[in-house]
Amino acid sequence: MKTESLSELWRFRELLYFLAWRDVKVRYKQAVLGIAWAIIQPLFTMLIFTLFFGRLAGVPSDGIPYPLFSLCALVPWTYFSVTLSQAGNSLISNSNLITKVYFPRALLPAASALGGMPDFLVGSGLLMVMMFYYRVKPGWSLLLAPLFVLGLMILVFGVSMLLAAMNVRYRDVKYAIPFLIQIWLFVTPIIYPATFLPKRFQQILALNPLAGLIEGFRACLIPNRQMDLTLVGTSAVVTLFVLVVGALYFRKTERTFADII
Amino acid sequence: MRDAIVVEDLSKKYELGALSHETMLRERLVNFFLGSFRKRTDKNEIIWALKNVSFRIGEREVVGIIGRNGAGKSTLLKVLSKITYPTSGRVQVRGRVASLLEVGTGFHEELTGRENIYLNGSILGMKKKEVEAKLDAILNFAGVERFVDTPIKRYSSGMRLRLGFAVAAHLDPDILIIDEVLAVGDAGFQKKCLNAMEDLRSGGRTVLFVSHNMAAVENLCTRAIWIDDGEIRQDGPAHEVIETYMSTFASSQQATMDLTQVESRRGSGEIRYTGFEFLTKDGQQQTVIRSGDSLTLRLHFHTKESVHYPYFGLRLFTELGTLITETGTWHHGISIPEMPPGDGYIDLEVDSLNLMPARYLLTLGISGDGLKLYDGLDHCVKLEVEGANIYSSGQSLDSRYGIVFFSQRWRLSGVPAITHQG
Repeated sequence: MKTESLSELWRFRELLYFLAWRDVKVRYKQAVLGIAWAIIQPLFTMLIFTLFFGRLAGVPSDGIPYPLFSLCALVPWTYFSVTLSQAGNSLISNSNLITKVYFPRALLPAASALGGMPDFLVGSGLLMVMMFYYRVKPGWSLLLAPLFVLGLMILVFGVSMLLAAMNVRYRDVKYAIPFLIQIWLFVTPIIYPATFLPKRFQQILALNPLAGLIEGFRACLIPNRQMDLTLVGTSAVVTLFVLVVGALYFRKTERTFADII
Repeated sequence: MRDAIVVEDLSKKYELGALSHETMLRERLVNFFLGSFRKRTDKNEIIWALKNVSFRIGEREVVGIIGRNGAGKSTLLKVLSKITYPTSGRVQVRGRVASLLEVGTGFHEELTGRENIYLNGSILGMKKKEVEAKLDAILNFAGVERFVDTPIKRYSSGMRLRLGFAVAAHLDPDILIIDEVLAVGDAGFQKKCLNAMEDLRSGGRTVLFVSHNMAAVENLCTRAIWIDDGEIRQDGPAHEVIETYMSTFASSQQATMDLTQVESRRGSGEIRYTGFEFLTKDGQQQTVIRSGDSLTLRLHFHTKESVHYPYFGLRLFTELGTLITETGTWHHGISIPEMPPGDGYIDLEVDSLNLMPARYLLTLGISGDGLKLYDGLDHCVKLEVEGANIYSSGQSLDSRYGIVFFSQRWRLSGVPAITHQG
């Protein structure tokens, strides 16, 4: 059953590509600044965080310049949060497709997860510029960064399958998503390093799969930064768990989408 | 013949209540907490959109699905296209399916014509290479070559429609499922669509076609399935099924009429009409009268006292009161020296009722020599003429194209042309 639906996803890979391509194409149409928004968002958040958390509140950043420290997390975070709010609504915003044509419904959240990538790459460019500015030369660990990006995509796909499917029946989800994202920002080591928390809270933090993914990503970029393998390992397991739960719930409810959307 | 589609005992249930209740989490939570205290009283209204539907469709068969609105036709197509799932029963479809429940599914306003062709084609199951190869043909068919790089939000609704159909017409599936796409668009474009459908048919595909355009169904389909209230009412040769289906609409068309009770009538009354019947050639009562039908109008009369040289006649009017024709025994040079007392009838046989589909009115009269009028009934019979495939072209003709038509043909000399016949 499982393999059958996977092979079907593979058969529809071109549609996945076109749906993602549509999301990308449409995103900045008629926006004067266009793709520059992919830089503006993390850049300005970084400036504000640096001012309020770095300077005024004096949040530590493990010896890394605070702007760079926060931007390392803000680029993946922006991808995650923007994609989640889009993918979580991907089924209801494409109800015209769902009621008129057959295709594996999971393509819609998957396309959102994929369609967020160009913005992420542009944001990564900004990150490179900042690293150059602070004369931070990445080490070999940079080569591991794509693994964390992949983890991020899997996580956002898993969470949004669950949320998007619930959203079809319970429109409350639509209102809960921005709220969820807001909370998620604070329980993830973006503004602060994971080590900022007391030891026992760090263990709870590890249950947030985003914590390990973002700390891991940061550790890949900054040379000689210790990667907390327990944190990363726990996050990897939780990410896969979320994917499985999301996929199971999606499969269970998928058949009723066209009837109740 | 192998079966392309097998449907066995298919049923589909919709719970209307389930849609409104519990769609908010709050309701769900409230029900969850109160569930043990309060018995659930809300009864969901259950609607069976399909009830035990079974049929088989062979490869290369072209089948029309007809029925009233809400009869379950669209649900059937949705189940066959895997958009929605049956409550019970089995559906087996063999081959690549393309379902067109809408023209231009997934079009995005902000994208250009070209971009939308790729997107729409891909949604309908075309490969990227296929779209690339057919791009020019699609643009040409739609007639929007000049606007290929214009966002479709600047397109007129007609252009959008043409673009959508153009993509659909270039699909290459084994099985094509089409819902009512021909109901839209101007006459010229409808013709183009019908031709494209014709090509699909001759291309050896299995086609399932839902439409309210009976002329198109009769022209394109060899077989029709009539669905009523979720069940199959009739399944057989298209013209037969259409005939019985249409007869259910004929409540406004009575095959017989009692004329004895008509109060507002003129004339001296020695002889009066008593009844009226529409009959087929072989004497059956005709409840559906279609353009081009042969028809017998039987006029019953009663003679109270014998009359000399009565002339029977009628006038045919449009609903707006324009006289189309008057005919009678006098016009045909038939004289009856004496009509003895008693009952009788007289038949008017029409070889081909050359009226466009519309509603007409008949005025009946019996006159005598000079200005003598025995009986006169103004606009007493309503005649409802239904559409038919009169030019064998599948075009749906109606009162927009006039009142009458003639037995006719077009001949072209020296101009290459293609004629589509059904």
